[in-house]
Amino acid sequence: MKRFIGFVKKEFLHIFRDYRTLFILFGIPAAQILIFGFAISTDVKNAGVAFLDLSKDETTRKLTDKIISSGFFRRTENLVSYNEIEDIFRKGKTKEVVIFEKDFGKKLLSEGKANISIIADGSEPNTATLVTNYTTAIIADFNREISGIQVNNPILIQPEVKMFYNPNLQSQHMFVPGVITMILILICALMTSVTITREKEFVTMELLLVSPLRPIQIILGKVMPYFLLSFVNVILILLLSWLVFGLSVKGSVVLLLAESMLYIMLSLSVGILISIVSSSMQQAIFISLVGMMLPTILLSGFIYPIENMPKIYGLISLLMPPRYFIIIIKSIMIKGTGFMYVWKETLILLFMTILFIGISVRKFKVRLE
Amino acid sequence: MENQVITVRNLVKKFGSFIANDNLNFEVFKGEIFGFLGANGAGKTTTIRILSGLSAPTSGEVNVSGFDAYRQAEQIKRNIGYMCQKFSLYEDLTVKENITLFGGIYGMSRALIRTRTNELLERLHFHEYENRIIADLPLGLRQKLAFSVAVLHEPKIVFLDEPTGGVDPITRRQFWEMIYETAARGITVFVTTHYSDEAEYCERISIMSEGKIVALDTPENLKEKYAADSIEEVFIKIARPVNN
Repeated sequence: MKRFIGFVKKEFLHIFRDYRTLFILFGIPAAQILIFGFAISTDVKNAGVAFLDLSKDETTRKLTDKIISSGFFRRTENLVSYNEIEDIFRKGKTKEVVIFEKDFGKKLLSEGKANISIIADGSEPNTATLVTNYTTAIIADFNREISGIQVNNPILIQPEVKMFYNPNLQSQHMFVPGVITMILILICALMTSVTITREKEFVTMELLLVSPLRPIQIILGKVMPYFLLSFVNVILILLLSWLVFGLSVKGSVVLLLAESMLYIMLSLSVGILISIVSSSMQQAIFISLVGMMLPTILLSGFIYPIENMPKIYGLISLLMPPRYFIIIIKSIMIKGTGFMYVWKETLILLFMTILFIGISVRKFKVRLE
Repeated sequence: MENQVITVRNLVKKFGSFIANDNLNFEVFKGEIFGFLGANGAGKTTTIRILSGLSAPTSGEVNVSGFDAYRQAEQIKRNIGYMCQKFSLYEDLTVKENITLFGGIYGMSRALIRTRTNELLERLHFHEYENRIIADLPLGLRQKLAFSVAVLHEPKIVFLDEPTGGVDPITRRQFWEMIYETAARGITVFVTTHYSDEAEYCERISIMSEGKIVALDTPENLKEKYAADSIEEVFIKIARPVNN
């Protein structure tokens, strides 16, 4: 045991002495959260909006003014027909089109009901969700104002939201789950595979292998510091997103941390496996980045909804551990659901962890051939 | 024999169809400085790796400090020190941290590590470097330190795989003085080299060529037998027979 502790200590020294490692460990997660967070929160200011007013009455004018004066929107154009919608989205400056149906004001007065359509540019999912949410909120506010005047006869404007290009848009503005998922696989898989292959490259692995340390101690000793630091990282990301963006965990924090631990272990075992199959640091980095990072970003549902993928990619994504963790972490953080709703995904992650560790233990050679 | 620390009988090591070690037979005695001389690719490193448990023999008997290389690799590891051809300490750790790390890995107590560290720094006049990281030290100093770390836990045998590669002549000399001191303490030194002048310093040498041991004796006997003035001549006569 004492041997092991000395060995772990050395691993920490490696990490704390290398600025690059430290930066990847703590700088990148913080930067990711801030970039993702601020990029999204600033985009809503002055978003371009176009109006297709088929009614042109007093009510529509009032509502239009209200939307423009909210400070979130900037009028790009007034359209005259539906045919122009696609064109104006193509130009790119307009993020949203608001359509008032014919005889909007009249209907509102006579039937107490009128329809308004909001179409957003779904090719930028985050912005699209945000602008439509803002618009519906403004309309709801307008609703309250006018119903206040005519208490007896509450009137309703019914907004109908549609996404252009990307109809099944997922709620993407909750970027924190995705960032945590990505960061953990990056740190754990990349860093562990690099730290182990580095020992191979610098021949120090031989020194460890001729020493009385057992192979399992070598692997655990190399991985342990990253386990602890990754865990600290999760807490750090959660704190940061809470302090800077006011995003709190809706469900159980304990459950979230426990699931994170499982996912960290899984990522570490992937890292170990990568280090075993690769003989140089470059190779390990390449496999980690191309093999882990890209699929995490592209296929896990972090950015592109799995429902919209061609079937084959959907099937491939079933093999991606991040896919399941994203579901788990979103459920706990955003929906606030308990373990009952994520036990299936948890079980899959657990199974994958055991599988990867099993393969690694079998493949790790005590004796270099 | 009583004081044999390494016994090798009919050792064969194959990599696929390539035979790296072809039927080796030798023994090494306690406190001896035993040299393996051979050109690059002669199979020296393969042998040293098998003896130190890094590589498994294909066939034959290998016994190191009383333990069988097939079944008791763990016990062997506790009783040996190892320093390899490429320089091997952690470059981003300080001198002291490296010593403490390897002391710890070999299960030494903290008090023992502290006394040995002091002795070691004293002996090498290394006190000023104590808290420097290895990357800042010149190669010669690193090699000496690596050797000292390899024998820190007072192993029965220390394996040195071309320990003086790339080192200047003066440092090489000092390095060999350290080897003598170590052997005098009763630690067996098993050293490979491709410098024939270094082989003269060994008590017995075995000359390897193409995976086989082609000669094994004291340097004096070998020179007499082959009527040569130096081991280099001996080496050229037997290991590289003139073609045509």
